[in-house]
Amino acid sequence: MLKKISKIPFKGTPEQEAQLNALIEENKHDSSMLMHVMQQAQAIYGYLPFEVQVMIAEGMDIPLEKVYGVSTFYAQFSLSPKGKYNISVCLGTACYVKGAQSVLDEISKQLGIAAGECTEDGIFSLEASRCIGACGLAPVMNINDDVYGKLTPDQIAGILAKYKD
Amino acid sequence: MYRSHVLVCGGTGCTSSHSNEIIEKLESEIAAKGLQDEIKVIKTGCFGLCALGPIMIVYPEGCFYSEVKVEDVPEIVEEHLLKGRMVTRLLYEETVQEDTVKSLEQTKFYAKQKRIALRNCGVIDPENIDEYIAHDGYQALEKCLNQLTPDEVIKIVDDSGLRGRGGGGFRTGLKWSFAAKNAADQKYVVCNADEGDPGAFMDRSILEGDPHCIIEAMAICGYAIGATEGYVYVRAEYPIAVKRLQLAIDQAKEYGLLGKNIFDSGFDFDLHIRLGAGAFVCGEETALMTSIEGNRGEPRPRPPFPAVKGLFGKPTNNNNVETYANIPQIILNGAEWFASMGTEKSTGTKVFALGGKITNTGLVEVPMGTTLREVIEDIGGGIPNGKKFKAAQTGGPSGGCIPAHLMDTAIDFDNLTAIGCMMGSGGLIVMDEDNCMVDIAKFFLDFTVDESCGKCSPCRIGTKRMMEMLEKITEGKATLEDLDKLEELALYIKQNSLCGLGQTAPNPVLATLKFFRHEYEAHVVDKVCPAGVCKGLVRYYIDAEKCIGCGMCARACPADAIARTDYIAPGHKLASFAINPEKCVKCGACMDSCKKIQAIYKK
Ligand SMILES: Cc1cc2nc3c(=O)[nH]c(=O)nc-3n(C[C@H](O)[C@H](O)[C@H](O)COP(=O)(O)O)c2cc1C
Ligand code: FES
Repeated sequence: MLKKISKIPFKGTPEQEAQLNALIEENKHDSSMLMHVMQQAQAIYGYLPFEVQVMIAEGMDIPLEKVYGVSTFYAQFSLSPKGKYNISVCLGTACYVKGAQSVLDEISKQLGIAAGECTEDGIFSLEASRCIGACGLAPVMNINDDVYGKLTPDQIAGILAKYKD
Repeated sequence: MYRSHVLVCGGTGCTSSHSNEIIEKLESEIAAKGLQDEIKVIKTGCFGLCALGPIMIVYPEGCFYSEVKVEDVPEIVEEHLLKGRMVTRLLYEETVQEDTVKSLEQTKFYAKQKRIALRNCGVIDPENIDEYIAHDGYQALEKCLNQLTPDEVIKIVDDSGLRGRGGGGFRTGLKWSFAAKNAADQKYVVCNADEGDPGAFMDRSILEGDPHCIIEAMAICGYAIGATEGYVYVRAEYPIAVKRLQLAIDQAKEYGLLGKNIFDSGFDFDLHIRLGAGAFVCGEETALMTSIEGNRGEPRPRPPFPAVKGLFGKPTNNNNVETYANIPQIILNGAEWFASMGTEKSTGTKVFALGGKITNTGLVEVPMGTTLREVIEDIGGGIPNGKKFKAAQTGGPSGGCIPAHLMDTAIDFDNLTAIGCMMGSGGLIVMDEDNCMVDIAKFFLDFTVDESCGKCSPCRIGTKRMMEMLEKITEGKATLEDLDKLEELALYIKQNSLCGLGQTAPNPVLATLKFFRHEYEAHVVDKVCPAGVCKGLVRYYIDAEKCIGCGMCARACPADAIARTDYIAPGHKLASFAINPEKCVKCGACMDSCKKIQAIYKK
C-alpha cells in the first residue's frame, strides 16, 4: 500500500506524550500488542507521526524498522494528519456499482483536492475507504462520525456547506 | 410484564440513518405519557431489510414500520402505543392487509428464508445476556461439557456436513479433528471476523445482533479440540460489532460462562478481541495469525497448516463467524436436522448480503440450493427503475460473476465452482445494464493491486500488469491480441501465487472474459463502452434538433471543442452547435451548462 508521508512538523503536547507513555508501559511486556498500541497512539495523536513511531519502538523495545513496517502495511495507519473534517467516501463494491466514484469526483472537484489529501487551510481531508458495512444505504460517506447515505453528486455542495464554518 | 415491546434495529445500517436518536425519542415520549412500565423498547441487531431502514417492529401486533424518522416518533407513541391505532402510512406496504397486518414471515422478503445463523438477529437485545439465555443460549455448551466427549462433539459437527462459510467450503468437522489430534501444551481457537469482501456484511450483522452465539460456539470448539484460549480478529471498521462483542465477553465472564471451570466441568476457556487495521490479505488465515502476533500481515506458506503450527506456533483452529454461528443449533438439534436442509454436499443455509442494483438491499439467509433467480427476483424484489439484470458478483474480489442465462443455477459450493464462479463469503452484488463489466473487472483488480502484500512476485507484479492492460482496454487503446495476453497472464498468476489472494485475484477478469467477451470486444474493436461508463470511451453529442443555439456550451468548454454549425433546426432561430471529438476532453462541462434544454447527451 502506497502511503502519503507528511512534511508538516510534529506538534505533540506533553499530555499526549504522558498518555502514550502510560499506554506503552501497560503493554510493553507483550510484543504481540504492538498493533494495539499503534492503534491507540493514532487515537491520541490523530495520526502516526514518525516521532511517535520512534517513541513506540524505544518504549516497547521493538526495532523501529518493524514498527515502520507495520505502520506502512495497514491502510488504517495514517502517516499524515487529517483535516478538521475527514471525509471518507466508501468505494466498496456495493457503493461503487451505485455510483460512488461520481460522488468522490464531485467532492474532489469542489474542494480541489484528490483522495488522500488535505485542503491547505486544514479544514477538509478526503479519502476513499473500503466497505463500512452500510451497503444498504449505498453510496455512503462519512464526515467524521456523521454518516450520509443514498448520495448523489448534486447533494454534495449542500452537505459541504454545513461544515464550512 | 410489559403489554407491548418495541424493537428498533441498532445495526450499522440503521444506526447510520439515526436509529439511536429514534430510540432516545421513543423513550422520552413513552416516559412523558407515563407508559414506561407498560412498554419496553429494545435495541436489536439487523432485521435484514436494510433498504427500508430505520426499522421498528411493535409487538404483540407485529407491526413493521419502515423508514421511520425521529419526527414520526411522537405520532407512533400517541396513536399506536397509547390509543392502539396503527400508523398506516409508515407500515411496510407488503405487510398491509385490509385492516390488519400480515406477519413478516408471509412477506416475499422473508417467506423463502430460513434463519439459523441469523435466528436471533433482530429478535433479541444483543447487549443483554439474559435474552440470549432465554433463547436457549449456552445450552449447547452445557450439553457438550456435561454430556458429550470432545470426539462426540466433533462427530456431530462432521455428520451435519457443515462446510466453512468463509469462502473455501472446507468441512468444519474434519478441520476440528485435525487440530484435536495434535497434542500440545497450548492450542488456540480463532474466529475470522475480518470480512474483507467490500460489500459484504453478514459477519458484522451476526456479531452485532447475536455476539453470544459466537462466544458459545468458540468455547464448544475449544472443548472439542482441547484449547483454552481464543481470539476473535475483527475489522477495525466495525466499531459497533467490537463494542457489543466486548460487552458480551464481559457478561459471559461475569456469569461464569467464560473463564475457569465452566459449568463445573473443569473446562477453562478465555477469549480476546484483536482489531484488524484495514488489510484485505489479513482475512487469509495464515496472514491473520501473523497479524494477531503483532506483525505485518503477510501470509505464510502452507503446510504447515494451522492445525499443526498456527497462532504463536501452536495448533490452531480457525473458522469464519457464520460457520461458528451454526454450531450451537447443530449441537442442540442434531446433525440429521442440519443435514436435512440444503443440498447433498452443501447442507444447511447460507447468508447473503444483497447489494447493488436490487430493490431489497439487505441480509438474507436461504437454504443451500435456492436458485439465484429466487434470491434476486422473489426475495430481493428484482431490479429497481425497470432496468434489466446483467450479472451478479459472488465472492467479491476473489470471485466471479453469474450472468443472466445462468440465473436458475441452484446456489451451492459445487454448482458455483462448476460454472467458474465461487460461493465466497456471501457478498452478492447485483449489476444492471448500466454497469460495464470491464469496468467492474478493473474495479476488483484495482482492489487487489492495492491489497497485494508484495511478498510474491506473480501477485505483486502480475496484477499490476493486468491492471495496465485493462486500462488500455477501457481507454480504447488495446488490440484483440491484448485480450489473449490478459487471459494468459491471468492463468499464470492463478497457478503461481503464494496465497489465496493472488491465486484468486484474476477470477473477476476471467469470469467477465468468459461471459462478457463481447463487451471487451466492443471496447477493443469498436472503441465504445456499451454501458457508457468508461470515461475514455464516452463521446458527447449535441442533438441538433433540440439545440437552440444559445452558445452556453461553447462558452463552458475549456478545450474550445464546440463550434456553431450552419444547420438551423425547424422551428429554431439560431444555428445549432456541434462538438469536435478530436478536441473534446470529456469533462462534461457542456452537459452541465445545458441542463435546461438537455440537448447534450453522452454515449
Ligand atoms: C485473500 C483472502 C481473504 C480472505 N478473507 C476472509 C475473510 O474476510 N473472512 C473469512 O472468514 N475468511 C476469509 N478467507 C478464508 C480464510 O483463509 C479461511 O479459509 C477461513 O476463515 C476458514 O474458515 P471456514 O472454514 O469457517 O470458512 C480469506 C482467504 C483469502 C485467500
Ligand atoms: S460497499 Fe459501501 S458501505 Fe458497503
